[in-house]
Amino acid sequence: MNKNLKEQVLRSSGANVLKCMRCGKCSATCPSYDEMEYHPHQFVYMVEKGDIETLMKSESLYRCLTCFACVDRCPRGVEPAKVVEAVRLAAVRQQGGNRLSPDMIPDMLDEDLPQQAIVTALRKYAK
Amino acid sequence: METFTYYPGCTLRTKAKDLDTYARISAEALGIVLAEPDDWQCCGGAYTTAKDEIATKLSAVRALNAAKELGRPLITVCSACHNVIKQTNYDISHDENMAAKVNNYLQLPEAYTGETTVYHYLEMLRDVVGFDNLKEKVTNPLTGRKIAAYYGCLLLRPAKALAMDDPENPAIMEDFIKAIGATPVIYAQRNECCGGYITLEDKAQAQKRSAAVMNSAADMGAEMIVTACPLCLYNLRKNSGSELPVYYFTELLAEALGLKEASNE
Repeated sequence: MNKNLKEQVLRSSGANVLKCMRCGKCSATCPSYDEMEYHPHQFVYMVEKGDIETLMKSESLYRCLTCFACVDRCPRGVEPAKVVEAVRLAAVRQQGGNRLSPDMIPDMLDEDLPQQAIVTALRKYAK
Repeated sequence: METFTYYPGCTLRTKAKDLDTYARISAEALGIVLAEPDDWQCCGGAYTTAKDEIATKLSAVRALNAAKELGRPLITVCSACHNVIKQTNYDISHDENMAAKVNNYLQLPEAYTGETTVYHYLEMLRDVVGFDNLKEKVTNPLTGRKIAAYYGCLLLRPAKALAMDDPENPAIMEDFIKAIGATPVIYAQRNECCGGYITLEDKAQAQKRSAAVMNSAADMGAEMIVTACPLCLYNLRKNSGSELPVYYFTELLAEALGLKEASNE
């Protein structure tokens, strides 16, 4: 277990993963559940255990829509989306860790795609 | 006449001109002045919740501070701008460490610590104009139309920062629909995500999410859907595979106020 990485992720998220009572409501309400290898409740548990490198290599990082459903519906106020975001930032902040770069954007455009989608994706997938 | 500092955001100047244009002409008709600052910057589209991110929050703070310096509330129409600016304002009010870092960088004449009141346009209609008052100003009521309000994710959550409505049982858009003379349709997916920016990463997932929203509304008898978000509009129109029409709420507002045809002439 990488203790420094765990501390960095916990500090970055601002979440208290020890409050989780493992009810699974975050994953039950997640609109990306079917697309994820690790689900929101697993992010919370694995960060608590310090098993963060596994999450950093997972495609699940890029499936979270940041819709805050898990944040508002968690009965313990754990805020799982903030944990997912902290792990994703730990991944994309690495040298060469950007998931998306501006030169990839032109091929993704169609005439109706709002600018909002592009700036949001760049904020989520790149540093 | 109440004056607001109006923050349109990047998309309302480009792909979502309808959302912007109808918001402006309707506000004018309702006696609300929307004063756009000269030099606003894009909010970034998504709020970075991480505590160790400061630079990505500065453009929202600049907009909030510009409104503060003019002594006016700040208003947005786009769901994403509303979300980013309200979350920034909440965190800078509640997180001393973030406020200290932001102010250390910006070096404003006076530190910004969350003084500005932020409204979504719908909140202005509810809390400043009043839905009863709006109803009286409607000249072209949309009687008989069954309209499903789509909140999506950005308008309501996280509720403690956005403080707009009950995140699980909201009423503000349905009350708006009643005020313009139409009939609101309640359906299960009204406050679930459309897929958002995942349309760039995984089209199939965006198609699945937006189809779930549209089918849920259609099942409850909706004839159209209204939204405040350009990305919701895009996903629901382009990715859902549904024929149900999708409009910005401001377009229906302008229509009910008798302004839509006049603006198209």
